[in-house]
Amino acid sequence: MSGFNKVVTSYEEALAGFTDNMTVMVGGFGLCGIPEGLIEQVNKLGSTGLTAISNNAGVDGFGLGKWLEKRQISTMIGSYVGENELFEKLLLSGEMEVILTPQGTLAEKIRAGGAGIPAFFTATGYGTQVADGKETREIDGRNYVLEPSLTADFALVKAWKADTMGNLIFRKTAMNFNPMMATAGKITVVEVEEIVEAGELDPNYIHTPGIYVQRVIKGNFEKRIEQRTIKPSSEKE
Amino acid sequence: MALTRDQIAMRVAQEIQDGYYVNLGIGIPTLVANYVPEDMDVMLQSENGLLGMGEFPTEETIDPDLINAGKQTVTAVTGAAYFSSAESFAMIRGGHVDLTVLGAFEVDQEGSIASWMIPGKLVKGMGGAMDLVAGAENIIVTMTHANKHGVSKILKKCTLPLTGANCIKRVITELAFMEIKNGAFHLLERAPGVSVEEIQALTEADLVVNGDIPEMTF
Repeated sequence: MSGFNKVVTSYEEALAGFTDNMTVMVGGFGLCGIPEGLIEQVNKLGSTGLTAISNNAGVDGFGLGKWLEKRQISTMIGSYVGENELFEKLLLSGEMEVILTPQGTLAEKIRAGGAGIPAFFTATGYGTQVADGKETREIDGRNYVLEPSLTADFALVKAWKADTMGNLIFRKTAMNFNPMMATAGKITVVEVEEIVEAGELDPNYIHTPGIYVQRVIKGNFEKRIEQRTIKPSSEKE
Repeated sequence: MALTRDQIAMRVAQEIQDGYYVNLGIGIPTLVANYVPEDMDVMLQSENGLLGMGEFPTEETIDPDLINAGKQTVTAVTGAAYFSSAESFAMIRGGHVDLTVLGAFEVDQEGSIASWMIPGKLVKGMGGAMDLVAGAENIIVTMTHANKHGVSKILKKCTLPLTGANCIKRVITELAFMEIKNGAFHLLERAPGVSVEEIQALTEADLVVNGDIPEMTF
């Protein structure tokens, strides 16, 4: 069974082979479901020239915001990236290129990449600047844009539970981009809250089968909340 | 009188039917959830991966793993489901969401919408807006009819970068409920006490007015 044991015990091991100028996918929606320890480790490594594919770019001082501080990202591919001030500076100064991609198209580009589909047609963005320079086609009377898929050298994923064989279960909306990214990384590293023995997760409820996963590490998560919203106390039941 | 933000939301809510799956954008669209008739069941879709979004949590039930597309902490209702972003946009792009409500900077008589970018201001990104307008069959745009200087945002042709082309059919503003068809806005309803002339004065687009235009009722 050891051939299928994906568990690593240090972040150095988890990111072995990670170098400058790589393309890296990072799971999460805002700060929800981000692989905090793996992001930290890339920050420690100080790798530069990275192409980062992530829906958002973190906040000042947390998540991918840390990579921005160290100027590690040269190209950012995401759908909504403006939650931090530093990002604006890097964008305006030209230090970083940003490729804004509609959120559903981004998710599908990653899904397609992991599934071996080189490109797909979508109506999203037709007639907008997202379609500039891209092939379009009319199919059954509707216009579509050809969107190439995405893969990465590394996919950094956050899951709730893994077993030692890399089978994954996500939790609530911390799932988001993580399952597709797990399929689209040449090396997929998953940071989880809990690692259990193979056989302890019900095969009926596996979200991501272990075949997509190369390394699993148990992390400690701060789980910072971006928009803490509480029901007004007068409405409390 | 022009409608308040809440009244716009109330008028949108009248378009909801029992058993609808609904995606609400940020701003006025979010308020629509407050006016779903009590005898109706509606499931709210949040594009970060939740069908069956509930109200905000309490201090006791708050969960960092459970947020909405605006990154606010929320709860899930009975019968809710969680899924990936790819699955979420399969629902949206595949036309499975019954009603989508979103805001806009401008709409035009070709049904095009501009809602994500103002040149010269920092571009934060389109998020899921382009997917929503491309995928949904049934979209209601909520917006103000004109800016604070009285310049119409109901246009012959959008001036700002588009979110989607030829995709919007219904618009509700503080003054009017309009339908877009055959290359023109058609006035369906007026806000109570607002005249057709007042609406026309703030509408740059071609506005078709057929017969007596009823006032909205709440």
